[in-house]
Amino acid sequence: MTKTSKLAKLYIALIFAFLYAPMAVMTVFSFNGSASTYKMSGFSTQWYLRLFNDEVTMNALKNTIILAVVSAAIATAMGTLATIGINSMRNKRLRSGVMSVTNIPMMNPEIVTGISMMLLFVFAGTMLGRKDSLGFATILIAHVTFQLPYVILSVMPKLRQTDSRIYEAAQDLGCHPLKAFFKVVFPQILPGIVSGALMAFTLSLDDFIISYFTNGPAFQTLPIHISR
Amino acid sequence: MKRSSLAQKIINAPYILWAALFVIAPLIMVLYYALTDSTGAFSLDSVKQIGDYGGTFILSISYGAVATLISLVIAYPFAYFLAHTKANFQRMSVMLVMLPMWMSFLIRTYSWITILGESGVINSALGKIGIGPLPLLNNGGAVILGMVYNFLPYMILPLYTIMAKMDVRLIEAAQDLGCGKLQVIRKVVFPLSVPGIASGITMVFVPCVSTFYITQKLGGGQVNLIGDVIEAQFQTANNYNLGAALSLVLMVMILICLGVLNYFTDSDDEVNGGVLV
Repeated sequence: MTKTSKLAKLYIALIFAFLYAPMAVMTVFSFNGSASTYKMSGFSTQWYLRLFNDEVTMNALKNTIILAVVSAAIATAMGTLATIGINSMRNKRLRSGVMSVTNIPMMNPEIVTGISMMLLFVFAGTMLGRKDSLGFATILIAHVTFQLPYVILSVMPKLRQTDSRIYEAAQDLGCHPLKAFFKVVFPQILPGIVSGALMAFTLSLDDFIISYFTNGPAFQTLPIHISR
Repeated sequence: MKRSSLAQKIINAPYILWAALFVIAPLIMVLYYALTDSTGAFSLDSVKQIGDYGGTFILSISYGAVATLISLVIAYPFAYFLAHTKANFQRMSVMLVMLPMWMSFLIRTYSWITILGESGVINSALGKIGIGPLPLLNNGGAVILGMVYNFLPYMILPLYTIMAKMDVRLIEAAQDLGCGKLQVIRKVVFPLSVPGIASGITMVFVPCVSTFYITQKLGGGQVNLIGDVIEAQFQTANNYNLGAALSLVLMVMILICLGVLNYFTDSDDEVNGGVLV
């Protein structure tokens, strides 16, 4: 099945051109000598120098990275633990209920997720008598929440593939359950954990819509800064 | 047994608590705000106002449906062709399809202004041969283009995944039994790819219907979809109650659309989204 017609190749090339042309245009204009995004006038790296010297942008970049690392770490740890818990649930109805709730942030439009969390934070803020309830804590909670399903869904298949008898055998041979887990199960689900963590991290870096509703003036991420 | 169920409770507790606090409670808050007024008293004012936005809802669904359909039509042959190329080429191509998703969604949208604008790349090229400038930006077409461009990878990936996994022997068997090329696609490839189509549609339709950034940047205020209306309630009009009521309707509407889709395609709901990995 390696024969591909010329027409098919042309089509594939066309789609890639469509996907990459706008980015190529942006890249070219980033080296523009003037401030236009329409007309090229000479080559210069002035915009990059300006960018790296712009305190607000650099601060937003720093915030974005801190948020992505912290939220991905929390979501990965909690998500992995949750996957193990959900997988070992004996009550089928409870289990599918928990899975449905898990899927909610993924199925819901992002704008609804963002707004629902914002309303919760604003409501909790008024209850506690605080006017500026939105900030780092709220955006962190929001990011962890929308990352959790992705972590769970990438660990779950790996966990299902592991043979529970090996885990039991390790315990029969005198391993403490915790030690048996780290020696037997953990190495097998590690690829799922890593891909879940990477996904959580990149989702957080690029997130705009949910951040847009849950961020406060004190903590702006790069996507928020770009949009303003 | 007793001990293991206690351990299980300890393992599950943090996540269940988190999900209750930050998934369920926020949705209850949406309901609460939708059914109260700005003073916090029970009121159906916001719910009554929903009717005024019926046209916006229909327009949003239409835009989402058109963008999704175009994505499907573009992505389907691409995924099919790609699944029949050399393995090395396939691996590289999948990377290339995923790469744009790692670039900021905002920049990807913004870059189209540079291309479509009145003195943008296309119009200045056309200007040299004496045509235009054509009004390419700030209209419905630009919004649809922005939607298709931004979410096309989400359509390609599930389709490709399912086509790459498809048993070649089934296609060969159909050919042996006298099926023509088109017949093979219609009778074998298409029915087997339905779950991929379903998750592709889900992943493109939902963000398209609820978008507000694409319409604002590429529609130039000409196209006002439900996402824009909701966003305005929270960021400028400060009418949280109406915003909550509209969000609630948007959510229910999308759930119904997905339910209908799942009913017709009968896809396994735990697989949805997992195809991305």
